[in-house]
Amino acid sequence: MGKRIVIDPITRIEGHLRIEVEVADGKVVNAWSSGQLFRGIEMILQGRDPRDAHHFVQRSCGVCTYVHALSSVRAVEDAVGVKIPENARLIRNLMHGAQYQHDHIVHFYHLHALDWVDIVSALKADPAATSKLTDNVSNSPWGGSNYYRNVQARLSTFVESGQLGPFQNAYWGHSAYKLPPEANLMAAAHYLEALRLQAKAARMHAVFGGKNPHPQSLVVGGVTSVADLSPERLAEFMYIWKETQEFIKNVYVPDLLAVASFYKDWGGIGGTTNFLSWGDFPQTDKEPDSHFLPRGFIKKRDLAKPLDADQQKVTEHVARGWYEKGDPKHPFEGETKPAHGEYQPDDGKYTWFKAPRYDGASCEVGPLARVLVAYSKGHKEVKATVDSVAKQLDIPVTALFSTLGRTAARGIETLVIGQQMEGWMNELIANVSKGDKKVYQRWEMPDEAMGYGLNDVPRGALGHWIKIKDKKIENYQYVVPSTWNLGPRCAEGTLGPVEEALIGTPVADPKQPLEVLRTVHSFDPCIACGIHVIDPHTNEVYKIRAT
Amino acid sequence: MEKKEKDFYERLEQKGVTRRDFMKYCTFMTATLGLNASFVSKVADVFAAPKERPPVIWLNFAECTGCAEGFLRSTYPWIDEIVLELINLEYQETIMAAAGHQAEESLKAAVKKHKGKFICITEGAIGTKYDGAYGKIGGRTFLDVANSVIPHAAATIALGSCASFGGIQAAKPNPGGFKGVGEALNVKTINIPGCPPNPVNLVGTIVNYLLLGKLPQLDAAGRPLFAYGRTIHDQCTRRGHFEAGEFVMEFGSKDAEKGWCLYTLGCRGPMTYNNCPTAKFNDGTSWPVQAGHPCIGCSEPNFWDAMSPFYEAM
Repeated sequence: MGKRIVIDPITRIEGHLRIEVEVADGKVVNAWSSGQLFRGIEMILQGRDPRDAHHFVQRSCGVCTYVHALSSVRAVEDAVGVKIPENARLIRNLMHGAQYQHDHIVHFYHLHALDWVDIVSALKADPAATSKLTDNVSNSPWGGSNYYRNVQARLSTFVESGQLGPFQNAYWGHSAYKLPPEANLMAAAHYLEALRLQAKAARMHAVFGGKNPHPQSLVVGGVTSVADLSPERLAEFMYIWKETQEFIKNVYVPDLLAVASFYKDWGGIGGTTNFLSWGDFPQTDKEPDSHFLPRGFIKKRDLAKPLDADQQKVTEHVARGWYEKGDPKHPFEGETKPAHGEYQPDDGKYTWFKAPRYDGASCEVGPLARVLVAYSKGHKEVKATVDSVAKQLDIPVTALFSTLGRTAARGIETLVIGQQMEGWMNELIANVSKGDKKVYQRWEMPDEAMGYGLNDVPRGALGHWIKIKDKKIENYQYVVPSTWNLGPRCAEGTLGPVEEALIGTPVADPKQPLEVLRTVHSFDPCIACGIHVIDPHTNEVYKIRAT
Repeated sequence: MEKKEKDFYERLEQKGVTRRDFMKYCTFMTATLGLNASFVSKVADVFAAPKERPPVIWLNFAECTGCAEGFLRSTYPWIDEIVLELINLEYQETIMAAAGHQAEESLKAAVKKHKGKFICITEGAIGTKYDGAYGKIGGRTFLDVANSVIPHAAATIALGSCASFGGIQAAKPNPGGFKGVGEALNVKTINIPGCPPNPVNLVGTIVNYLLLGKLPQLDAAGRPLFAYGRTIHDQCTRRGHFEAGEFVMEFGSKDAEKGWCLYTLGCRGPMTYNNCPTAKFNDGTSWPVQAGHPCIGCSEPNFWDAMSPFYEAM
């Protein structure tokens, strides 16, 4: 038996995650992912007004803000049978697209980059050589020896103060860091620039949503921000979008490719087997046919045969989670009874996550799943971008089944979705200039109804299921990206995607498991979303055995 | 001008910020804090040359990280300036490089080193049922972690409605027995509620501390009066329509487009204390009522139960 390593807390994620791995001969041979927080939002929703649900569920996550609210209004709209106006669809697509732009930039630079970029090494870089490197690999608006000298001086002052703050006690100097000092300095500079860019990009949400995080303009039936359909506001949105696009094109994607070129071996590490995408961005009211990013399921890496995906084939397993025994169930019948016990990764229960399965299979969701589904279906923009990235990195498309591929896919879709947003803006502007400002459709709450909303959001496939009785929420379930990706083994013992991806990961120094963080972070975990249960029968049946 | 200050303005200019812009911001911050104009230059000093960056320890409990994300949206000062030049952010799980044991060591060391001197910012509620089994970090319950840090802080800021009052997980039936940090530990906290709060109000509180060496005046709910002293309704740009009896009866309608009052659609502005209409969010871009949506009262204690159903008029 190999050496066990526990990493808890996993930082640079949303929420509280514990990862345990077993290492033998310098490689991970077994892995367990454990969610460490339980809030019970679905239970809190019971008996409330279905119109309010989106405000509640949006608080599942403040990093992936907006997306739960969007799934929720879609689920209620499906239940009550209302079709939203075209302008509402366009504004929602623009808000959702803006979320992708913002979220993926923050993930790459602020949550993931420090796994690949050694900030301390940047202090040794030659500013002039860094400037030259930047010119060679990108169209970055920031450059020149002076610029890099100033960034370096700023970092030096910070380091010399002895107050290292967020950068202290990390794995600097680890043998797995491969970038030369100049590439580290370029990335460090862009880490700082991206901190500002993300604050600007978030203003796209504020234009049509009042604020970010947690914009507040969605309602069942449409959106509320009709007064923001003015020429000034539309121009403001476009201006922020353009600045964000330029950053993505000229800085983010070039940085991604430059960093990746030093880590091509990670194209053979961290892959999984099955991939699910609900798809998103409806371009008409025909769903899912009109989705810009398509719905589909890829089984056993077979890109030649993408399969259709049907929400009826989703089940959730509780064999290894802290819940009472029960058969796998579809979310509409979701019946969950929390029963906290010991942390027993080997043969017992070890997490607050349930284990979702599609047609019985453990599935990776997220950027890589979306890109693979789109690629296998011949999606024009995705295919062209994937092929161009593979060519520039000189890797085969099959290298996408990896940690490197997951991180690259995130950049690929950021670019593709960002470009598509221009068309939605133009459609919206065309409608407004014709005098069409309809953003809301009146509807009536039925006494009883049920419905669901499926999205694909930055972290992956998201579904909300609602049952309404006496105009109130009778049952509410959601199956979210991090539950798919970070869920535990099911009854049959099949590992969850992150657990599977970790097998085979090299670990040079068990005291500094930097390589484990790379693969875990490549999934962009979000724990608060992933754990939430409801008991449909009573309000308090908990049998908690405290540890 | 002192050299340090001169350097600061040079650095600002390299970033494309003029001294005039900077002073405008300081004036805004001084006004937000409710200080008189003579403080503008002192506010500028705080940003220009903090003597030693004050240590801050940030703890995440039962939350959604929206408050930390909100903090990242700070535009003046920018978040990189806050982290590199204004405060010494010793522990913050969302952005820190270290993980696992190394992270735990950092926390322990920081508490020891800055005992009695650091500001603790807490985000999220604390589970109290089942011995805190609903939330753990490094195998310790939230309550344990909080108890090992907060009693040693110079001051504790509860950032957001969860840390202030328990927030969403404390809404009925409150499955995990979640409480705000002050109540769970029986300590006095400075509460900056909101879901999430405007980062301006956090920065304002820190500036107040750096500037005057003390924390701002608080209301009965522990909220700084400079931000939470008046209702949304009293400061609302749509107040005139309320007085004139001009109400929106349906979302997306002509009256909604004209920006009439949202009281009839459930606006909680009259019972909610916050500065949203004047401070606005995301660099002054907007706020919920401007986006045509009623206020949901997110900075009031227990708002998830007390203010809902949100779309019924009071």
